[in-house]
Amino acid sequence: MAYKIKSAECTVCGACEAECPNIAISLKKGTYVIDPAKCTECQGQFDSPQCAAVCPADCCVPA
Amino acid sequence: MSNVVSLDSIFGLGELAPPATMPAAPEAASGCSSSSCGLSDGPADMDPAVWEKVKNHPCYSEEAHHYFARMHVAVAPACNIQCNYCNRKYDCSNESRPGVVSEKLTPDQALKKILAVAQEIPQLSVIGIAGPGDSLAANGRNTFATFEMLQKKAPDLKLCLSTNGLALPDHVDTIAQYNIDHVTITINMVDPEVGAQIYPWIFYKHKRWTGLDAAKILHEQQMLGLEMLTSRGILVKVNSVMIPGINDEHLLEVNKAVKSRGAFLHNIMPLISDPAHGTYFGLNGQRGPTAQELKVVQDACEGGAKLMRHCRQCRADAVGLLGEDRGEEFTADKIEAMGIVEYDDEARRSYREHVEAERAGRHASKAAAQADVRDSVGTTVDPILIAVATKGGERINEHFGHAKEFQIYEVGPGGAKFVGHRRVDQYCEGGSGDVDTLDGVLAAINDCTAVFVAKIGGCPSKSLAEAGIEPVDRFAFDYIEESALAYFKDYAERLDQGVVQSRAGQDAVIRTGALTARRA
Ligand code: SF4
Ligand code: SF4
Ligand code: SF4
Repeated sequence: MAYKIKSAECTVCGACEAECPNIAISLKKGTYVIDPAKCTECQGQFDSPQCAAVCPADCCVPA
Repeated sequence: MSNVVSLDSIFGLGELAPPATMPAAPEAASGCSSSSCGLSDGPADMDPAVWEKVKNHPCYSEEAHHYFARMHVAVAPACNIQCNYCNRKYDCSNESRPGVVSEKLTPDQALKKILAVAQEIPQLSVIGIAGPGDSLAANGRNTFATFEMLQKKAPDLKLCLSTNGLALPDHVDTIAQYNIDHVTITINMVDPEVGAQIYPWIFYKHKRWTGLDAAKILHEQQMLGLEMLTSRGILVKVNSVMIPGINDEHLLEVNKAVKSRGAFLHNIMPLISDPAHGTYFGLNGQRGPTAQELKVVQDACEGGAKLMRHCRQCRADAVGLLGEDRGEEFTADKIEAMGIVEYDDEARRSYREHVEAERAGRHASKAAAQADVRDSVGTTVDPILIAVATKGGERINEHFGHAKEFQIYEVGPGGAKFVGHRRVDQYCEGGSGDVDTLDGVLAAINDCTAVFVAKIGGCPSKSLAEAGIEPVDRFAFDYIEESALAYFKDYAERLDQGVVQSRAGQDAVIRTGALTARRA
């Protein structure tokens, strides 16, 4: 149960990183990635996965 | 007393929240109607505290834009809304031009770059953060980190930021704390019905909102943020993107709304739309306005919140005087190679003193030239537009073929004023003039009666004359406004004798592909 970033579409804006309540997102080698071990899909924290809600490229999707 | 009256016209007395620094003023007349209360006039009709803030700021003072340079650092890539004229692969198009990619910097890299540029360019007076996303998205983390360091390292530089306003109310206290005394908010509508056609969604309070809800929240946050800033005495410039068929006439409402909340300047910019940018508007054939359509809306708003017409829609990493961009000289690699740069404000200080001295004389000579025209030309002659090739300093000091933009002045019995600028391709890039480029230049200034240049070749001169635009080099290196008035006096005589004809009714093309120029 985790989200992932489709890196080909990512604009590397970092908006998702700032919103993730679990610090699951970080910049690795010039692109943002989600650590599946930390991602909870925001369940119990927010109504919807925060990264997907803020992403301008709509590239945060269920893994 | 005159001070109070003109403050009215500058600020627009807030029905809601007048700026804290403003004295209680009577329900005075809506102020003067001519350009005589323009921002360029200085202390005589402006609150000295406000003048202090704007006089060296190229974006806030039309006069300062001839003398002072700004620099944008692109430290804020994230955004919290989606605009239909924006493609997030590129810079935010609220402040910048669509289809442009800025070099993103970390706050540390930004500081280094700023210190290096400040050392090279003594005209530098302002550091702004305008993206490439929204400067307050992602909690404004990089924006404030940059300002924090800057305030300590280079306290003589003014700080400003631009935002879409959504997160603004949360950050007003921080903004005040960092002594940021200029903020730009992009406000394209005050009616959610209009907003829904511009913004497909926003991200607010941990949720993505769409449609009318999104536009309504954005509108409320923008108005609240604006009021909070002006009530703290922070100067606010409002940018609006004019989108024909969507918000063109509505911008009059926007102008009233922002004036009543104390906005200092209103900057109406043309939508720049091109399918190649991959924006919603670009792909759906939404066009931008022509030069005259833009001017009609700008003129209709005159008398409301003070208009800004010299905005260049610069890149989020622009460096230099408005209309020029020296960013290429200061890429991250080049800065890295420069090593440590020490802070030293000596050159900037003496440059500012020089401008201060020049200013005083200029105000007097403009007034004299204006009086001369008023006395000798009747009020019946319609104003004309003049295109000017200039490199800055309020002088006609650029060769026709080297101009990357022309500044447009409107001159008439009421005086001369700057009303805009038109970007063009350099006609003689590389030495020889080329016919296609010349056609582009002609289209860009087709509504002008004359073009003032420091020098011009025989060929372009002939083509201009054939197109009905008079090339004028007799004012080379003189001041723009005085020359424009002298020309107008002469033009009125020739019009009277029937030797020239009015060019009223001509329109011109606003270039879409052009970016703020990079130096070769
Ligand atoms: S779904 Fe939630 S927890 Fe997972 S990465 Fe996105 S924001 Fe973080
Ligand atoms: S918000 Fe989307 S585009 Fe921006 S860094 Fe995250 S995944 Fe990439
Ligand atoms: S974008 Fe407009 S406001 Fe910003 S620096 Fe350029 S001219 Fe000034």
